[in-house]
Parts: sequence; C-alpha cells; structure tokens
Amino acid sequence: MAGRRIAGGPGVGGTTGQKFARKDVAAKVAGLVSYSGDTQGAGMLHARLVRSLYPHARITEIAIAAAQALPGVAAVLTARDVPCNVLAEDPSGTGGGVFTQPVLASTEVRYVGEPLAVVVAASPVLADAAAQLVKVTYEPLPAVFDPGLALADDAPPIHPGGNLCVQWHVNKGNVEEVLAQAPVVIQREYATQFVDHAYLEPEAGSAWLEADGVIVIRAATQVIEHYRRLAGMLNLPHSRVRLIAPYVGGGFGGKEDMTVEPYLALAAFHTRRPVRMVWSRQESLQARPKRHPMRFQYTVAASRDGKLEAVDINILADAGAYALLTPRVLFAAAVVASGPYRVLAARVVARAGYTHNVPSSAFRGFGAMQAAVAYEQIMDELAETLGMDPLELRRKNFLQRGDELATGERVETAVWLPETLNAVQAALGPEPQPSRPGLLVGRGYAMNMQPYGRTVWFGDQAAVWMGLENDGSFHLRAGVTDVGGGQAAVLGQIAAEVLGVLPEAVTVHFGDSALTPLTGGTFATRQLYMSGNAAVRAAESLRERIQRVAATLCGGDAKTVVIESQGVRTARGSARWHEVAAAARQAGVALEVLETFFAESGPGYDNRRGTAARTFPDFTYGCHGCDVEIDPETGQVQILQYVASHDVGRAINPLSVEGQIQGGVAQGIGYALTEEVLFHEGQCLNGTLAQYLIPAAADLPPIRALILESGEGKGPLNARGIGEPAISPVAPAVANAVARALGGARVRSLPITGEKVVDTLFER
Amino acid sequence: MTETEFRLNGRVVRGQMADYATLAAYLRDNLGHFEVKAGCGEGVCGACTVLLDGEPLASCLLLARQAEGCTVETVAAAADGLRQALAEAFVRWEAAQCGYCTPGMLLTAYAYVKGGGSFDSPSIRRALAGNLCRCTGYQHIIDAIAEVVSTWPAEG
Repeated sequence: MAGRRIAGGPGVGGTTGQKFARKDVAAKVAGLVSYSGDTQGAGMLHARLVRSLYPHARITEIAIAAAQALPGVAAVLTARDVPCNVLAEDPSGTGGGVFTQPVLASTEVRYVGEPLAVVVAASPVLADAAAQLVKVTYEPLPAVFDPGLALADDAPPIHPGGNLCVQWHVNKGNVEEVLAQAPVVIQREYATQFVDHAYLEPEAGSAWLEADGVIVIRAATQVIEHYRRLAGMLNLPHSRVRLIAPYVGGGFGGKEDMTVEPYLALAAFHTRRPVRMVWSRQESLQARPKRHPMRFQYTVAASRDGKLEAVDINILADAGAYALLTPRVLFAAAVVASGPYRVLAARVVARAGYTHNVPSSAFRGFGAMQAAVAYEQIMDELAETLGMDPLELRRKNFLQRGDELATGERVETAVWLPETLNAVQAALGPEPQPSRPGLLVGRGYAMNMQPYGRTVWFGDQAAVWMGLENDGSFHLRAGVTDVGGGQAAVLGQIAAEVLGVLPEAVTVHFGDSALTPLTGGTFATRQLYMSGNAAVRAAESLRERIQRVAATLCGGDAKTVVIESQGVRTARGSARWHEVAAAARQAGVALEVLETFFAESGPGYDNRRGTAARTFPDFTYGCHGCDVEIDPETGQVQILQYVASHDVGRAINPLSVEGQIQGGVAQGIGYALTEEVLFHEGQCLNGTLAQYLIPAAADLPPIRALILESGEGKGPLNARGIGEPAISPVAPAVANAVARALGGARVRSLPITGEKVVDTLFER
Repeated sequence: MTETEFRLNGRVVRGQMADYATLAAYLRDNLGHFEVKAGCGEGVCGACTVLLDGEPLASCLLLARQAEGCTVETVAAAADGLRQALAEAFVRWEAAQCGYCTPGMLLTAYAYVKGGGSFDSPSIRRALAGNLCRCTGYQHIIDAIAEVVSTWPAEG
C-alpha cells in the first residue's frame, strides 16, 4: 500500500498506510505482557463460582456451613451478600425495555451454569473443594430449549413479562402487493448454531481494596465502563469503583458482557483482601454467553431478468435465559437482512425468544453476520432458479451510493461492491480442479455489509487526553480496551501522524476507568472510529498549542511551525523542547488537552412503522470467495484457497487490517464447518477444546486479504471499521462453494459437517 | 509433596512440589513465570507450551515433579540467534494480535526450525497443529516462520 498522507502536520511521522510493526507485538512475543490472570501476590485469595446444575429449578436451600467450616475458606457469598442483587440494562437504547438479571440467583435458576454462590479461599484447590461442599437443593421445573416452542401459548414462562425477548420490524413498500404480482418467487429456510468465542485467554481477573476505600478490579474485559454497574451492585458511589483492563487475550464480544467482574468485586468487598478468579475452559463453554442461533425464513421475489423486487423475512433467535445484548443483536440482523442490495419492498420481522439455554449475546458479527448466512445463500438459490450466473444477479442488484436501505435511510458513502468482487474474482484465478478423480470441487462467493459504530440514538462519544513532556515525548491517555486488534497502539500511530512525529514519541496509556478518559468499550467495530477520531482531535489541538507557543518563541507564522524530535523550528529560528515548555508556562498555555469526539446522533428507531432516518453511522462492504473440495464418501469439506476483500476506506496500518481479515476468515471457517456448542436439555455436551473444534493451522487454507481504499469512511483519516466485517461473508461463501460442488444440493444449516453433506447428497 | 529439581531457563530450581501440581501451575503460581500462559488446562490449546529437554510440550499435561532432572525453557530464557530471528520476524509480520498464544507458538516454531523443518506452508501448518490461535488465522505466523526458515542459518 502506498503511504499517502491525508492529515498531519509538516513533520516526519508518516507511518499511516505503511506496514508498521505495532509496539505491543514485541512485548507479546517476548512474553512480557501481564494479562488479567497473571497475578499472584502474598495473601491473595482465590474465588470460585458455584453454578446451577439444572436448566430450570426452584432453589429451596443453599447450605454453606460445611464450606465455611473448611480451613482456609475466607468467605462463601450468596445472593443475600449482594447489596443490590440486580443488573439492569436497556440494551436497545430506545427505552423499549429494561431487562434485569440477578448477580447471584437465589430462588430460581434459568440455565445450567447460572451462578449461585462465590467461594473465596486461600488457594484454587481449596476453593474448588469448598465449592463442592456448598449444598444446593433444587426442585426441577419444566424447561424449554427451543425459541419457537418457548413462544407457544402453553410454554412455561421464563420471565414475568413472557417469553418474547424482543421483536423488531423493518418495513418498506407494500410487500404483499409486490409478491402477489412478481414473476419469480422463492422461499428458503436457513439455520445457524450456538458458537463460542473460544479466545485463548480464559475469563480472569483480580480485585483488591485500596486504602482510600476504592475497589479496584483488574480483569479481562472489553468494557471498563462496567465500573458503574459494579458500583450499583455494591451500592457505592460510582467514583469508588475502578476497573482496569490490561491487554485482553481475545474478546470477540465474549468479554463485552461482564464475566468475572461482579464476583471479584463482591469477594474483595467482603473479604477486604486481594482476590483472583479464573474460569475454567469448561465453565466458559458451558455457561458464558454464545452467538445467537437463528432461524431464517426468506421469501424473495424477482423479475425474470433478475431484478430484486421484494423480500419478506422472518428471523427467530434463541435469546437463552436472559436478555443481555439480544435486543441489539437482533436489531443489526433486521437492518441488514436484505443484504447490500436494492429492494423495492421489504418486510422484516426479527424476534428472539427466551429459553432455558445459556444466554446468547455479543459475538463478532453481532447478528448482521448471521443475516449474511441467509441473504447470500438465497442470492445463489435465486440465481439458480432464474438460470442466471450468481455474480451477474448480484451485480444487477448491488446497492449504490444514494440508495435507500430497507429501513428508509440513505447510503451516503462509497459502496465498493463491484470493486471488491472484481478483486476477489481476479485473485481466485482459474476454476478449481479435483486433486483426484471422484472428488467434487466448487467455488463460492459472498458479499456483505456490516455496520461499524453504535446506532445513532446512543449519542456515542469517546475522549482522548494528550500531553507533552519537557523532553519532547508525548502521553496519550484513553480508556480504550485493547483486545488484540491494536486498539491502543493505533491511537499512538494516528496521533504521531497528526503531530508529525515518530510513533515511538507517543506512549499510549489505556484501559483504566479512573485514570484514563472514557472512550466506551471495544465492541461494535467502534473503537477505531470513535477513539481514532478523538485521537485526531486531541493531536490537532495539542499541535495547535505547540505551534502557537513556538511561533512566539521563534517568530514566524504558527501554521509553519515544524515539530521535530529535539524541538520546534520555524523559518526564523528553532527552540528545544525544554525551552518550549518554559515558554508555555510563561504564556499560561497548558501543553495538554482533552478532546471528545461525538458521533453523529439521531432520533430513536420507529419500530411501529419499521423505519429510521438513520440507524448505524456507516457500513463496511466486502466480498469473499473460496474454492472447496469434497470427498463424497465422507462428506469432508476442504477449503483449497480463500480470498477476502474489503473497502476499509483507508488502511491506517495495512498489516493490522490484513490480520483482522485473516483472523475473521479463520473464525468464519470454524463457524461454517466445525464449530457448534452442543446442548442437550441445557447441558453442554462438548465442553472442552478437544471436543469443540476451532480451526488449527493445518485445517485452514492460505488466506489472502485484498485491501481496497475508497478514501471514504467516517473513521479517522477516512478509515472504516474492519473488525466485524471480516467474519460476516465467510460462512455463506463456503456454503455457496459447497452447494456448487454438490451440483446445487445445499446444506442449509451450519455447521456444514461431513454427516450433513453425505445426508444431503443421499437425499438427492 | 515431592522434592524436585530441574533446570529452568538455565537456573536450577529445587523445591517441594505438591503431588497434584502441574508444571504449568507450578511455573505460574509458585515461580511467577507468567510468560507460560494457561488456556485450556487439557493439553489442547498449546498456550502453556514449554521446551522440555528441547521438545515443545504442553506444561499443563505434566506434573511438576515429572520434570525432575529435565531442562525446562520458556520464552523468558536467554534467546539464541534463531529465537531472536523468530521473535523479530513475528514482530515484523505482526504474527501476534492478542498475544496470548504467542509464547507457546514461538517455542513450537523454534523447535520446528531448529529441527530442520521445511519452509513449505503445509509442513509449518502441521507443526503448529498443537498451538491454537483464535485471532490471526495463522497466516502471518506462517509467513514469519517461512521467512526465517528460508534465511536460516544466517550466513557468516
């Protein structure tokens, strides 16, 4: 990628657009990074959860005396020890519903693994032993595990308000009328499964009480702003709880809801001693929220020459036992359900039903990626019905700038669907050939549109502080959490670019709710967009102050002041940094700034009419393509090559962008072919990484990332977000390639296992 | 408790080790060697990989006392030229994102290159089968290792 410079002062920065080695990577390679579970101090206690064994039961007793009596046990905490035992949230942000969940269940459990008690002991082994001694008496109650059955009239009620968690509507035009007159109408159903984030770092953290009474929790979280909810739980002023997130060992949405934080806070609050908690992989797979399984019913109408006329879409998701972020996830699915295509008429109903399964919540792709599984498969199926090339069908219907989405909002920025498709087509080269006779091969494509940033009615904001030291080095403080995508490092790179200094000159301090300005969490592909824009503003504002001081010191026009490693220079003279600092003090100019970026905000969604002036700030578009080879005897699908292209507006660090795309593809391939957390009546059947199969290096093909830059995005330096967009098209691209290889026979549920492939071939 | 002695990163470690303590737990919780990561506790993810007498091994599958008389190396050990070259290539390629799998991955890569592994991508992929990464899709890791294999041993 060429290193074009768009913003930036007249200096030496200029790493934007270059393959630039991130500072944190060197520390990680050397094993120097201390993650949330990497702590062990004198007198540290260890906490363990006692979790429900039943999917639905009345709790008649939680007997803790035997556990308390075990030597080395510091505390056994139950619901009565939680000052405010309710976590409440309005996840859709529209005031449409406040959802609540106990921190520790006391009278009723609603899923297997729901926390009931926290045991705190002198060692992990003792904590395990004590947890075994907590005796819970259950009266099992009828349970329901299917969202369709949960919404039936005779289903056992899961929450007082009924089993419908959320229902979103999107409406455009008169769907009934168009469907009745359309020359071609097809209907299909698709299904997706429970999937786990399976980051390598488990849920972990520690907590302690400071001398001034502040409770500090240092934990693997994507959202340090949870400190307010923790304070609420403890009935403390918000200012008395501090949440620190060191580098996180993978998040993908799984550390967006709280995991260990409330239990650590409680344990430190009651014992007044440092406490550590680390979840086992089995706990993580059984009891931490999953990606929503969704069922899609699509009816699509088109003209004979392949113009889309109407879509009628029903989505039903399994919310599990508690809402968490389900309303938001379903909203994203509803908004993009018709895909990156023009449609005259659309009707989308997206619902989620409560069940007694583990809750579903955020996971990279956040509903919009499940929708791609449906909208990109049905495009291939429609093309087959029409006798048309599937890429030609897509090209005929591509969304363009100025078009209206199904929600009624207009697309304002570049839509590089043809460009990404062309790039992928060219890179894939000649059609695949079987490696030996009898094997089946096929090529598949999928397009996508994925939002970045929060919906506009959240009034999103992010703040960044910057300051200059006497020696010419810079501090950048931001509450950003870094989950591995370089969310912290990129802010330093951006600030250096704007200031015109080398990236090494900027040190980024991040992820501390008490000491770094809040940026909002790392989710919704919002961090580059939000904190990146705040970093640009902070760096510009600081540069302007430095230039003003330098101009009075050296003479000349402030705008022509050049910032160098040793100091500043104008046409008339130069000054060293300590002189600049002294002059600033004399002039009463603080060489430190705090700048807040406010995202575009707007009114809430009109769910009655199913329209909005705007939902998300913008979308990232792309195209993926792959070749597969299938052994019809075993049904085994092997991916031969994979190419992925996205318009990222501007690649600030192409190496990181490539990494995001390649990693998204790998996760998407697991989603497509091997990953499913299996539950039987709420009990996890594959609760180890030996049974839950995420892709290993040998399972994957070479993955090529083709980065395109339209120069149009709402992020800093015109960048678009890429974290989530990279995963969305993968499963449908693989599914379309498999269907091609099978001569049109299609596995319409994920994952596409060998068994399903053989069954599908057999049915044919 | 069993009295156990082994060499860790060039120094002798001697102590009473709980009979149930895994090498991973002992290294982390008793010795503070947190560069050894704990990922799954069942020998699948490879985050806790150490070199035991030069061979990469999941330290969560070994009891600490089984290391008796062995040489144990983590990424914190003084790096030789090859390890240095691999570390630099990992940085250059941004072969780490969250970094949690990275110490284990680097040690496996080191043993692979040192053992005369080939630079072709399928061989590298097979060699990394015991080290899971959820962030990178492995592509940059493979690129980095292939680059080192094709230039190692450095001339001179």
